[in-house]
Amino acid sequence: MNFSAFNGRLATLYTTCAILISAGIVSLVSAPLFDHAKADDNLPADITTIKVKPSTADSPFKDLYSGWYFRAKETQNLQKDDFENPGFLWVEKGQELWSKVDGKAGKSCASCHQDAQKTMKGVGAQMPKWDEKAKRPLTLEQRINTCRQENMQADEWKWESDPMLSMTTFIRLQSRGMPVNIQSDGPMEAWVEKGKKLYYTRVGQLDLSCANCHENNYGKYIRADHLSQGHSNGFPTYRLKWQKLGSLHRRFKGCMTNIRATAYKRGSDEFVALEIYLAHRGKGLQVESPSVRN
Amino acid sequence: MANTKPRIKAPKSAKQGEIITIKTLISHVMETGLRKDKKTGELIPRQIINKFTAKFDGAEVFSVNLDAAISANPYFQFTMKAEKSGEFEFIWQDDNGETYSKKSPLTVS
Repeated sequence: MNFSAFNGRLATLYTTCAILISAGIVSLVSAPLFDHAKADDNLPADITTIKVKPSTADSPFKDLYSGWYFRAKETQNLQKDDFENPGFLWVEKGQELWSKVDGKAGKSCASCHQDAQKTMKGVGAQMPKWDEKAKRPLTLEQRINTCRQENMQADEWKWESDPMLSMTTFIRLQSRGMPVNIQSDGPMEAWVEKGKKLYYTRVGQLDLSCANCHENNYGKYIRADHLSQGHSNGFPTYRLKWQKLGSLHRRFKGCMTNIRATAYKRGSDEFVALEIYLAHRGKGLQVESPSVRN
Repeated sequence: MANTKPRIKAPKSAKQGEIITIKTLISHVMETGLRKDKKTGELIPRQIINKFTAKFDGAEVFSVNLDAAISANPYFQFTMKAEKSGEFEFIWQDDNGETYSKKSPLTVS
């Protein structure tokens, strides 16, 4: 056997490997994580853009990107076709519940609101909304429960229950493609301010605020997941990790637990204020519910 | 979601020799049989879809044996070369002995 030739080949192999490895390292360091120019190439069902200019004066972002943009191709594809989108299992359920009579008054949602496709169009994009009677803003969940108690005389639905998620998703779907447009002046101003304060307050053992991840580091990896800008336009969202649909407040709780903070309760004034502030700063982004995220 | 309901998305017509994509989805809990009831501590009996078959004019074109590790609401997508007109039949077999099926016609020109 010709050893020198063999060694020569081995040496070539080593060199090749070394070049490949160093090239790999260089590309890892220098390659941008996201090519922002390509933002509109790939779009979810019914959506015309996932990138808009911020409409609020104090926005920290040059452009607002929907969370869709930060997901992997495989996850995005699930949201491109409603047939593949698992969130639509809840939409179907919501549609059934819409005309199902419940409670002592013998009414269903449809008894007063008739055809959801007409009457609920745009409603989801405006929530949370100021309620004159309650003298406070109500989220979609709270509005539904108010209706159930007062008009239907039915039991409240729990925040994260299947019927509640089905109904909120079904109603939000009627606004799909419409820009998030909540009222943030007048009586809502104080709530926006309260939410903003919470957003920028560092909490938990890790001493982080929402802004530390979603403003300063979006687009980068957090474990195996890309950080988004933290907008609320896709909620309720089907999260692959959860294997089911989840509310925005569930996401809040998850985030707070991750930074070792004691999370507020779903439906608490703190989370409602935060939801209002997120909707306010994400104005203009199109409603994507039910979105698919990982 | 509790209700078991099969869904299909398949083209109604195709050209001869065309490769068509068929998508199927069934809402099903896919209970593994390994989980315990939190209150009683007893095992929740297994209930999954254990077999999925797609037939075209009675002949099997695609089938899957499913096991407990498949997640809820199993989704299958496959492709087929459209040769002649006929009818698809999709069959899901449940552990509890029930079968769910759905049909879809295909016209080949």
